Amino acid sequence: MAAARTLFDKLWDSHVVAMLGPRRALVHIDRHMLYEMTSPVAFSGLKMAGRPLRNPELSFSTSDHIVSTEPGRGDETVPGGREMIEALRMNAATHGITHFDVRDPRQGIVHVIAPELGIALPGATLVCGDSHTCTVGALGAWGWGIGTSEVEHVLATQTLAVERPQNMRVRFEGRLQPGVSAKDLVLFLIGRIGTAGATGYAMEYAGAAIRSLSMEGRFTLCNMGVEAGARAALVAPDETTFAYVAGRPYAPRGADLDSAIADWRQLPSDETAIFDKELSFDAATIAPQVTWGTCPEQVAAIDGRVPDPERGRDANDRRAIAQALQYMGLAPGTALEGIKIDRVFIGSCTNSRLDDLRQAAAILKGRKAAAGVKAIVVPGSGTVKREAEALGLHRIFIDAGFEWREPGCSMCAGVNADKVGPLERCIATSNRNFEGRQGPLARTHLASPAMAAAAALAGAIADARKVLQ
Amino acid sequence: MMEQVTVVRGVAAPLPRINVDTDAIMPKRWCISLSKEGFGQGFFGDWRYDLQDRENPAFVLNQPPYRQAKILVAGANYGCGSSREMAVWGHLQFGIKAVVAPSFASIFYNNCFKNGLLPATLPEAVVQRILARLAERKGAEMSVDLVARTVTAPDGGVHSFDIDEAGRSALLEGLDEIGQTLRHADAIAAFQAADRTRRPWIWR
Repeated sequence: MAAARTLFDKLWDSHVVAMLGPRRALVHIDRHMLYEMTSPVAFSGLKMAGRPLRNPELSFSTSDHIVSTEPGRGDETVPGGREMIEALRMNAATHGITHFDVRDPRQGIVHVIAPELGIALPGATLVCGDSHTCTVGALGAWGWGIGTSEVEHVLATQTLAVERPQNMRVRFEGRLQPGVSAKDLVLFLIGRIGTAGATGYAMEYAGAAIRSLSMEGRFTLCNMGVEAGARAALVAPDETTFAYVAGRPYAPRGADLDSAIADWRQLPSDETAIFDKELSFDAATIAPQVTWGTCPEQVAAIDGRVPDPERGRDANDRRAIAQALQYMGLAPGTALEGIKIDRVFIGSCTNSRLDDLRQAAAILKGRKAAAGVKAIVVPGSGTVKREAEALGLHRIFIDAGFEWREPGCSMCAGVNADKVGPLERCIATSNRNFEGRQGPLARTHLASPAMAAAAALAGAIADARKVLQ
Repeated sequence: MMEQVTVVRGVAAPLPRINVDTDAIMPKRWCISLSKEGFGQGFFGDWRYDLQDRENPAFVLNQPPYRQAKILVAGANYGCGSSREMAVWGHLQFGIKAVVAPSFASIFYNNCFKNGLLPATLPEAVVQRILARLAERKGAEMSVDLVARTVTAPDGGVHSFDIDEAGRSALLEGLDEIGQTLRHADAIAAFQAADRTRRPWIWR
């Protein structure tokens, strides 16, 4: 009998084109997502070497990072941006790549539209020149971020040479408290294992709390896998997954879908499969989380306090805490609840899907953001935006004092004009609180959509559970 | 084809921070470019310059001996965050040819091997000792020998370092990785032909 295999083992085995070493293989890439920031040099490399694009039908592109999110936007954006948007448009046309252009109703953040359009599928490999490509692992797909050289490699060969990661499983048992979401689970996890806690691993999330998450929640969870260093972040496909995939524009249909689902049912880890590392947490005990530092692992529960650098685990950590507090303008021992904020950002590939907007709107409905708080909502895609508008969510946001924008990466990547000003403090539903991430000297606190909405109302970091009561 | 890498020798700059991310290494305003050149100026741009684009004299790479640095010695999980390869190009275009650290984030680590940047992994305690020596002797030189797989510290101590074997070969030989992979063109074609039958939905 064949040895018991994990979900990741099955993904690996089914994509090996050739072994290159004991743990190194050339693997087939089923789907390649391209966007304007990290692709131009790959296309010019291909051209200089005189190499054709091997499988244009497996590549899809959109502009998301540098596009303006202003209502009525076109190609105009920050200096140099238009040229990048035009270059991608031209490269896609030249090579016959399906392109979702700035004004296309399907345009959006790559990691939002790849699943939404049925491009990312269970059991498939998907890469993109962006670290948050692990998001699609929520479907039981193997997605990971690559650099521009590898983008060129995929364009030329439809494969990548990869070192096989080890297997890790993180279980979340129990039920989430009301007001606590997938974002809180993943921030909690990163706080426990650190930003390199899953480096070298394909990390599978399992347990009752994961099974009961919506697909949107699972995307959030897998999205931040890279913030723990993971090479892949995965959730085994189940009925929730199949129901999500069915009917999407590029997803299989009819008999094709039936045979695909039969195949996908074989993907979950075998019961006796052995993981190199296993962790387990009780989801019921996890409170809403907020970061206080400049690295996603610098996080605490909402009822917690900013730590004292003296309490760091070693000299490196003590120095990192001290540097973070200085950058963030926070004193040790400050309660997180009540820290004044200037900005609110709801969006990004982590939290810009319909479910995320619903959770924020549930907090904001009939209420107003505190005076002086500048708040924006940036839907993850044109599809999300239209669905939200059909439900009237945009009215709730606008009435609460938020700006309702066009889709893009916006204030998460901070590449376009959407930036947090120097020394301004922002609560953001995005994934990185690095120094300068949202703009030079900008101060970022990562949290869930519900927590960002609650902070908008209070003008300060607040506990979403109290608003829901 | 990238240049072959064998030995990197020169001034080593200490950067005693953990979790140095690629947003710090190459802030995005320098990433808005259609070119693979011009990233030396943006290398650690937000730490090298203030909001008025004046140099910050306190930052290590602005201090005279380190403007010519060839090696960077940093804390654990170096290069975490965004996959932007501009971060690697920035090192090389500034003049840094090797980074010594206790660990690297995986996307950055991979990107190093595609461009000729040498990432040398040494135990935490050894890196701490080297950082202490570099703090005492400003402008001290070191060497990183990829052939022998050793780092020679400022005090003359020689330490064996870890490096991914396939990555090491790529650096030593200056390989064109796409060219290497295209030698497997038949295997790729065979995989795809079989896959069209096995998973037709991937191909429609």
